[in-house]
Amino acid sequence: MHSFGYRANALLTFAVMVLAVMCAMASLSDNLNSLSPSAQLQVLNVNWFQKSTQGNDEVSMTLNISANLQSLFTWNTKQVFAFLAAEYETPKNSLNQVSLWDGIIPSKEHAKFSIHTTNKYRFTDQGCNLLGKQYNLTLHWHVMPKNGKMFADKLVMTGFRLPEEYR
Amino acid sequence: MDWQGQKLAEQLMQILLVGFAVVAFAAAGYALGSFQMMLLIYASGVVITTLITVPNWPFYNRHTLKWLDPREAEKHPKPQIASSSSKKKSNKK
Repeated sequence: MHSFGYRANALLTFAVMVLAVMCAMASLSDNLNSLSPSAQLQVLNVNWFQKSTQGNDEVSMTLNISANLQSLFTWNTKQVFAFLAAEYETPKNSLNQVSLWDGIIPSKEHAKFSIHTTNKYRFTDQGCNLLGKQYNLTLHWHVMPKNGKMFADKLVMTGFRLPEEYR
Repeated sequence: MDWQGQKLAEQLMQILLVGFAVVAFAAAGYALGSFQMMLLIYASGVVITTLITVPNWPFYNRHTLKWLDPREAEKHPKPQIASSSSKKKSNKK
């Protein structure tokens, strides 16, 4: 510690190490949070149900998504990415997941929402397996923290069924 | 700085930085729940600590080193190194 440069170097190194410890503690404090998200999904209407020019089934529907994801936010949360996926089974694949809608929730105030929309992305199958198909709508969310590891979870809602005929 | 001053500077630096970190985390992080405030408090703490510990303030020089009196140094002249060969070294005291 005998010269200006030596003291400045020691101070900066120690400051950065203490900052790293603070960020680690901030990340660990997220474990104290108790999660209680809730969501409700409704398919209001199947707008059309057709075979595309490539020969694949395609559906367009109007959805009502209302969710309360406020308990996922802590002071260490940067944003929450939520997306809605339709999941169903075909003879070829045991699980197909098609993403219908997604959104970025930047803060706690925006985390309680109710959205009335058509599907943002196409609900398309690889083939023609969708006639009368039973499917689940699953709301997935990824919590992205400011420090630490991202974690993801989901909420499955069963009991949806596509029409038996093309419209 | 003298030796006591250096020790004081190092201790002050560590205590001040950890202190600011604890205050920033507890006050801004936990109580206010604002990550930005925590970083701001900590950054200002780093700047304040730099101003206190890095420059050569007078209070770091209170226990100055006592160098030898010049007369004492003359009684023990510095050893002369022989310039003819690099392998041999002659010490004269």
